[in-house]
Amino acid sequence: MDKQHEVQKTGAARDAGARYASDALTPPVDVIEDAGGITLYADLPGVTRDKLQLQVEADTLTIEAESGLAVPPDLVSSHTEVGLARFRRAFTLSKELDSEKVAAELANGVLKLRIPKAAHAQPRRIEVQVQ
Amino acid sequence: MYRSLFPRDMVAEMDRLQREMQQAFDLSPSIRGFARNGYPALNVGGTASAIEIYAFAPGLDPASLEVHLERGLLSIAGERKSSLPQADSKAAVHINERFAGRFRRALSMPEDADPDGVEARLRDGVLHITVRRKASAQPRRITVQ
Repeated sequence: MDKQHEVQKTGAARDAGARYASDALTPPVDVIEDAGGITLYADLPGVTRDKLQLQVEADTLTIEAESGLAVPPDLVSSHTEVGLARFRRAFTLSKELDSEKVAAELANGVLKLRIPKAAHAQPRRIEVQVQ
Repeated sequence: MYRSLFPRDMVAEMDRLQREMQQAFDLSPSIRGFARNGYPALNVGGTASAIEIYAFAPGLDPASLEVHLERGLLSIAGERKSSLPQADSKAAVHINERFAGRFRRALSMPEDADPDGVEARLRDGVLHITVRRKASAQPRRITVQ
């Protein structure tokens, strides 16, 4: 009986460990589009610049980050709302966006991405000539 | 408006749901209500000498933050400005998941919390509050003569 209990306990502990290692939180985002392109804001609390990875592959933009929270070693946790230290989210970009000119800023745990529209997709005002 | 900081963390959301169900059926809940983990999300823990509170508050101006410890109740209040465009601009909002507006969260501290020993630091969008425990409440080894 005791042994079985032990086995279950270690199993649960392993699951929790695996979840911590591979699972990621989905950061909330705001996406705003104007005439010149798209602006994306993502909440990434505790993330520093070196722990942030942005990748554009084909037409997929991936945001991956890790929170570098320094916690005292003898801390006993009593209430946890953020149980994971990893963030991941991907978006599919559309053709008119220029993925080579993405600009990123990270400040106070908020990532701001600006993805401009390709020059040919920018709205142009066409002059009407009167003859 | 109520909004979880990480609404898609299913394990955490189930946990919250279970807690809320339990509290809903509690006939005499605490007079200060119960936490509705919104913004900022809180992690709380303790060591032998202090209580450590981590508030996940990205995108906050430190000037708008107010941290108070009064009669055993620690409160964190402030305002987060919206990043959405003004109503009259020509921009379109496609996704709007981030919290904006005023917020306030409060948590009761254990009796040995020292109101004079509170320290709050905001770094990379995480507010770390350390509340020292009173020296008289810390475990001491008594030498046997």
